[in-house]
This record gives sequence, structure tokens and C-alpha cells, in this order.
Amino acid sequence: MTLFKTMLSKLGRKTIDSLWTLGVASTFIFRVIARSSIVIRRPNLLVAEMHFAGVLSLVIIIVSGLFVGLVLGLQGYETLKRYGSTGAVGTLVALSLVRELGPVVSALLFASRAGSAITAEIGIMKTTEQLSAMEMMAVDPYARVIAPMFWGGVLSMPLLAAIFSAMGIIGGYLITVVVIGVDSGAFWSQMQASVDFHHDILNGVIKSVVFGTAVSAISVYEGYASVPTAEGVSKAVTRTVVTSALAVLALDFVLTAFMFTGAH
Amino acid sequence: MIKTTDLIQISSLNFSYGESEIFQNLDVGFSAGKVTAIMGGSGSGKTTILKLIGGQVRPQKGRVICDSKVVNHMRHNELFAHRKTIGMLFQFGALFTDLNVFENVAFPLREQTALPDAAIKDLVLLKLHAVGLRGASRLMPAELSGGMARRVALARAIALDPSLMLYDEPFTGLDPISTAITGNLIRTLNDTLGITSVFVTHDIKASFKVADEVVLLSRGCVTARGKPEDLMESTDPLVQQFVNGEVDGPVPFHVRSRSYREDLALVQSENLK
Repeated sequence: MTLFKTMLSKLGRKTIDSLWTLGVASTFIFRVIARSSIVIRRPNLLVAEMHFAGVLSLVIIIVSGLFVGLVLGLQGYETLKRYGSTGAVGTLVALSLVRELGPVVSALLFASRAGSAITAEIGIMKTTEQLSAMEMMAVDPYARVIAPMFWGGVLSMPLLAAIFSAMGIIGGYLITVVVIGVDSGAFWSQMQASVDFHHDILNGVIKSVVFGTAVSAISVYEGYASVPTAEGVSKAVTRTVVTSALAVLALDFVLTAFMFTGAH
Repeated sequence: MIKTTDLIQISSLNFSYGESEIFQNLDVGFSAGKVTAIMGGSGSGKTTILKLIGGQVRPQKGRVICDSKVVNHMRHNELFAHRKTIGMLFQFGALFTDLNVFENVAFPLREQTALPDAAIKDLVLLKLHAVGLRGASRLMPAELSGGMARRVALARAIALDPSLMLYDEPFTGLDPISTAITGNLIRTLNDTLGITSVFVTHDIKASFKVADEVVLLSRGCVTARGKPEDLMESTDPLVQQFVNGEVDGPVPFHVRSRSYREDLALVQSENLK
């Protein structure tokens, strides 16, 4: 009975702590959004953060997109061959990428490359008192540092997802059309006929915006809330990657359930 | 220990970090136009006083008055206006690691003023010249020694011509030459700019040489306040222990614990016999 009580008490404590953290994180993000006018007044800050989060993630996004497309093309061709419809491989590759793999995999890569870097940078700025120094210079770190990083991530994510999907389609084309010899006309025309702009591409873009917002929010919050020690920053970086991955996968399920089930 | 002429007056102040109580009914003031050193053991709340003056933390009770304004009642915009009159030097400089020396010093000017680039350049070079580092303007913070980084941070702290300078452990980790340079800069800047300076330190020798007044903190309140020579001649055992760096005294060497015999289980083994 005592053991049960202890377990129940621990569970209660953990639940309260989690809700508290969620509340603190939400307040933090609202505060960041409230101080976001700086990204319009000084777009150079936003451009610098988009370069940091987006341009510097390009290599990993392009290479991963290409390989995912190669694998999709190969697997898709082998499966479709059994049914004599290898011409549909372009549709399979494009829909898989645009609807699911593009937004999800690029969000996971974005969290590992840019999200972790954002958390580490803010955490180290906190540890070395750079954020405190800014406050004492009457410069609001929420506006000057956090808001441009947050919006830089939010805006970079859909662009990275689009590049990922485009590279994947190129990868699929290379392996199926150039290497295996599937008809090029069938590859592109079936893709064009089956991929709908609103239903597939726009929903993919919405997904990537939602994932970008989630990953960026988690990254900036974890950095700002990190314990200002080497160990504290390293734990915050780990939390960013793990929480972002889980958030992306959970959100993907919810969004897919709303977007791609039912009549279509 | 507050005088009516004090620029900064902290009265009846209680402050704690969570469960850990730092100040209990603290009363202390800092004279206008003077250099004041805040001294005390580790964890005595020296840096917390600077944070209270800058409004980075708020007390649970009491008031922090700076230039007749209550800092702990200020709203966001008032607090930021208050901070524009303060320069703060952090313990390890807190330079922005992605900006070079020039850009670090230019940062508050770019953020807080609408001056043209040519004027900012001149001002930055003037400030860097004042700390003897005009020739290092293109270096990155990683290329600076500890003493140089502290001086760049000092140039940045005085960029907006503050009326109050706060220094957090300005001598920590510096060699004797850098310590002397930093001490000399604190004194010279205070006198030439006609400002008020408050610094936190453990360094008796350097601080007594620079400060007009010393405030000694212990156990959450002020133990002594006076000129360095007054503290040297004080008969208070706590002041004497601190000034002379004695290992044991009113501040005990051992942390409070059970008796040594009990901890080593000698009592139990004696009973068994």
C-alpha cells in the first residue's frame, strides 16, 4: 500500500512538473512572439538566422534527400514491377516525399543540425553571461537574439522540406529512369497527373511549417531554460533533439489524420 | 548603514534564491561619485547586490533606490531606461564571441543610438584608446588574454557614458600587471568621468588601493562600512579575519556538522567495548 502511495505520489509530482514546464514554455514562446516586430524592423537579423538555420543545413538536406529518393525509387520499382506498373514509380516517389518524408525527415534533420545548434548557442550565451550583458545594456535578448532565431527556423523549415522533396524526386528519377530504364515520359506524366497542388503539396507545406514552428520553439526554449553549466547545456541539446523528434512524429500523425484520411 | 547622500540605497531588503536565503533585512548605501568595494566571503551575496541594482533580480521585501527611483518597482520600459544609465563589467567580460573587439564595443551604440557609422567608429576607437586596446580592434574575443578581454568589456560598458559603473569581480584570474591596469582604469574612469563606481571583489590589496569606501558583507547583512584604512584598523574580529585572511575565526573553517567522534563511529565502537 505504501509502495503504491509512493508511486502515485511520484506520478503526480511528475505530471505537475510536466504541466508546469509546458506552462513556462508556452509563456516563453508567447513572450518571444510578442517581441517579434524586430524581425520586420531589422530584416538583416532574420536573414542572418535563416543563413545559420537554413543555408548551413543545405548540405545534409540535399544529400539525405537524394539518398532517400534513390532508395524510394529502387524499392518502389521492385514492388511495382510485380504488378506491371513501373510507370507509376514517379507518383509513388513524389507522393511519399511531398506528403510525408519531405516534411518529416527534413524536420528530424533540421532538429539535429540547426535545432541543436540554436540550443547550444543560446545556452552558451547564457552560461557566459552574454544574455545578462545584453540585458544590462538595455537590449532585450528576447527581441535581439531569441525572436530572430525562432523565426529564422520557422521560415527555413518549409524551404528545406521543399529542397529535400525536390532532391528526392531527382534521386528517384536517376535510379529508375537513368539507371534502370523506366520510361521517362511515364515517370513525369503519371507524377503530374497524380500529385495535386492543394491536397498534396500545400498540405506538405503546412506540415513543414508546423514542424518548423515546433522544432524552433523547442530549440530556443531549451537553450534559454538550460542550466548555465557545460553539463546543463549538453543536456539541453539532447532534450532538444529528443523532444523535437517525438513532437514531429506525434504532430505528423495528427496532421496526417486530418489531411489525408476520409474522402480522398 | 545608509547615508542620506548615498546614490544607491538598499533598505530593509530580504532576498533568497528559492530556499537559500541571501539577505535578511539588509540596509546598505553607496556614495555618489565614489568608488565603493563590496567584499565578503563566497556566497555572501556580493554579485546579487549588483543584480539588484541593475534590476536583474527583485527582492522579496524591501527597496532598492537608485538616484531617487525605486528599481524593484520599475516596469519593463522604466527598467530598460534605468539600465541605459548603468555600465556593467561582468566577471569574465561576457564579450559576444561572434563579434570582434570593435563590434563588441560598437554593440550598445548601434542598439541604443541612431549615430552614423563614422561617429560610431570614432566613439569606439576613443573608448578602446581609453583602455589601451585601440590596436586590438580587429581581434576576435578568442584571441584576447583574460586581462585584455576584461578591458574590452570595460570599453563596451562605458560606451554609452553611464553615470554608474558596476564591476563584478574585475580582478579575478588576472596577473599582477593586469590587476594593476584594471584597478587603475576603475579609479581613472570614475574620476575623469565623474561617475559612481561599485565593484565586487575578494582581492583585499587591489581593492583597498582603488576604493574610497569598503562594504563588508557577512551572513546576509553588512558587517562594516568605511574607508579602507578604517577597516584595516577595525577591532571587529570578523573584519580582522577577512582583512588578514585568517583561516579560522568568526567564520569557522569547518562547516557545521555532528561531532568528529560521532562521524567516525568512535562512540559506537567505544560502547561495544
